[in-house]
Amino acid sequence: MTKILNSRQKDFNIVIVGTGGQGLITLLKILAEAAMLRGFSFKTSELHGLSQRGGSVECHLRFGKEIHSPLVMAGKADLLFALEQNEALRACYYGSKEKTTFLVNKFSVFSAGSSGEVLSVDKISKALKKFSKKLILLDAADSVKKETGAVISAGIYMLGYAVFNNLIPLSSDLVLEAIVKTVPEKYSELNKKVFKLPLKVQ
Amino acid sequence: MKEILSNKPKKVILLGNEAIVRGALEAGVNFVSTFPGTPASEIGDTFAALKIKNQISKIKNNFYFEYSTNEKVALEAAAGAAFSGLKSLVAMKHFGLNVASDALLPVVYTGVEGAMVVVVADDPGCWSSAQTEQDTRYYAEMAHLPMLEPSNPQECKDFTKLAFEISEKFKIPVMVRTTIRVAHQSAPVLIGKIANRKSPILKITRGRFSTMPPRVLEMKKELLEKLEKIRKFSDGSKLNQIIHYPLSNIQYPKFGVIASGISYLYVMEAVKELGLKLPVLKLGFTYPLPEKTIRDFIKNFKKVLVVEELEPFLEVQVRAAAKDVNPKLEIFGSPPKFSNEKFRRAGSLPKIGELKPEYVLEAISEISKRKSQFNFKTHQQNFQKLNLIERFPNLCPGCPYWVVFSVLKEAAPKNTIFGGDIGCYMLAGCPPHNIQDWLISMGSSIGVAHGISKIQYPKSNIQNPKVITIIGDSTFFHAGIPALINTVFNKSNPLIIILDNSTTGMTGHQPHPGVGKTGQGEETRPIKIEDIVSACGVKNLKIVDSMRREDLIKTIKEFLEKKEVSVIIARSPCIFIKS
Ligand SMILES: Cc1ncc(C[n+]2csc(CCOP(=O)(O)OP(=O)(O)O)c2C)c(N)n1
Repeated sequence: MTKILNSRQKDFNIVIVGTGGQGLITLLKILAEAAMLRGFSFKTSELHGLSQRGGSVECHLRFGKEIHSPLVMAGKADLLFALEQNEALRACYYGSKEKTTFLVNKFSVFSAGSSGEVLSVDKISKALKKFSKKLILLDAADSVKKETGAVISAGIYMLGYAVFNNLIPLSSDLVLEAIVKTVPEKYSELNKKVFKLPLKVQ
Repeated sequence: MKEILSNKPKKVILLGNEAIVRGALEAGVNFVSTFPGTPASEIGDTFAALKIKNQISKIKNNFYFEYSTNEKVALEAAAGAAFSGLKSLVAMKHFGLNVASDALLPVVYTGVEGAMVVVVADDPGCWSSAQTEQDTRYYAEMAHLPMLEPSNPQECKDFTKLAFEISEKFKIPVMVRTTIRVAHQSAPVLIGKIANRKSPILKITRGRFSTMPPRVLEMKKELLEKLEKIRKFSDGSKLNQIIHYPLSNIQYPKFGVIASGISYLYVMEAVKELGLKLPVLKLGFTYPLPEKTIRDFIKNFKKVLVVEELEPFLEVQVRAAAKDVNPKLEIFGSPPKFSNEKFRRAGSLPKIGELKPEYVLEAISEISKRKSQFNFKTHQQNFQKLNLIERFPNLCPGCPYWVVFSVLKEAAPKNTIFGGDIGCYMLAGCPPHNIQDWLISMGSSIGVAHGISKIQYPKSNIQNPKVITIIGDSTFFHAGIPALINTVFNKSNPLIIILDNSTTGMTGHQPHPGVGKTGQGEETRPIKIEDIVSACGVKNLKIVDSMRREDLIKTIKEFLEKKEVSVIIARSPCIFIKS
């Protein structure tokens, strides 16, 4: 996969969205570490600071030959990880029919502090199709729980799905190495297992 | 965390804020003070973690760290260290500099003996700031404070180190100004060597740092002379550089771009995307501005675009320079007049909110007439048609404020006016609570409550409303105390509820003077809020457990009838505090 990136010499743009507390920053850190191991130029942008729960969160990672901006431009995401389905809609700002693959976790957070119309997965999918080349819906939490009995963040599972389906120009070995470097040692084995799950489920 | 202390030159992934810490360590910083505030918080938090985990003792370069009571005190502490010949760094968010400014301006006059670096982070787009969309660069001009603006983590490290060098050389404080997308940007950073620490030297000779007429005006003269030297330095500095392309490659030789900080990265991305090759002047040393460099750059163009976030700080200077060297130059940047439309004039950039790379691309595309392959305008219009849910952040499950807010709604009469302050409890202004009628700045809940309480409505007209304000413990220590004294001194009667959760919650759980622990983890005597309130002369004071509804309701009702100011300390730790 990495060869494709080299031959095209194109930047690869990832946007990760979800709600506070879903582990987006960990996912971002793993991806950044993998990009580092691969020797890419890269930038991330993350927002910190609100310790309260439930707000929208958005992180960016761009890697390639020479990366300047930490932010992905409107419509220019190659891959969009949505850990929450309503946030996938908000992320349409970064999606386009030309290039974007949406990887969406079928999971909805609607808390006391939210307002507006909650759409069904079908309606969301319909809207997403206008902003994506490819749309993939996953039931990450369910798969993880069935296979490992653990309730952990959907992010690692989705990352595994993206890597094993060649949606991202980083090899599984590199990403596994990045997982070990990034997550605390005691969670390392579990995370590696969850990362490899999508291989099995397919 | 380990990597930030590595002493081998290599590349490590650092956040902008962590890179600032690394830069300070490489410069041999001795003394660090801060008051937390996002997007600057990770600077203090990283220094604190290095001290508490005691990792720093493994290397020679130990330093002192403190969370101060507020930014003014933090800046003063850093000045004291720098007066004593040490290298100090003080970090804060933009609003912090407002608080610290009273001390900052004179310290630029007096100068320092060692070195002093002031790091300030702005927050375009108000991602982590309630109060205003402030542009701190104007402080540099007002205070005559040299200013460096890094655009990425590598520059955060390098510029911080350089800021120490400039400060030491010219004996003047130097500001490193970032914005949220610089502070919270991560990338590989090539690190250097951690420097050895300097020892203090007693050079506080009698009167040396005293401003006072007539000396203060001499100091001003010395400062202005220093600045002219620094301007020459800025003009020759690598921080201000022109990104050239071989002339044959330049398709638009009559159009140039000027940018600084994060804006520069968006410019480079936009020209890459458009496949353009434009001369770009990147400014990293933005006060004193490199006037000669700017004049030389704009001399031969027909059009110049100034790309900057927030106010037209650079643009105004470029316009002034153009009057002399190129009066016909057409200058693009901030729209000449405010209009609600982002792009009223082709080639202009929005005045509100943060800059985005696609805005810069559009402006460059409009001016150069080079069309982008992707239609951003249609894309944005399509996006606006989507039905998005609106999310407000929530109090954490189990947070004691849930109880306090619901009690307030229940116990207060309908026409109560509610004051808000800065902290997690400003969520009182969001659904489902909706009890906040003003939110200004740290400590203002009490200051404004006093003013409102003093108003007497004509009896026949309306019934005087009750005034209730809430303020957090850290905010009370920071700026609430003088306002509380004012209510007693000038006899008003708001009900003030101090939410004591034993931490500075919103910014990441830093200790404050009531906690009994310093920033570097030492024990210290906790200062009791009730002692302060009593000492201020408040007679109606009760401490109530925030989780006890009935007690809270009873006390609120009782205190609302009082003719003098009353204070309830609602005490219950933040759920993140281990007891
Ligand atoms: C002058 C200034 N400095 C710093 C900040 C950043 N800030 C926002 S909330 C907050 C903490 C408030 O802590 P506390 O009052 O204890 O309330 P809690 O969040 O714990 O409820 C701070 C320091 C600010 N807004 N203004």
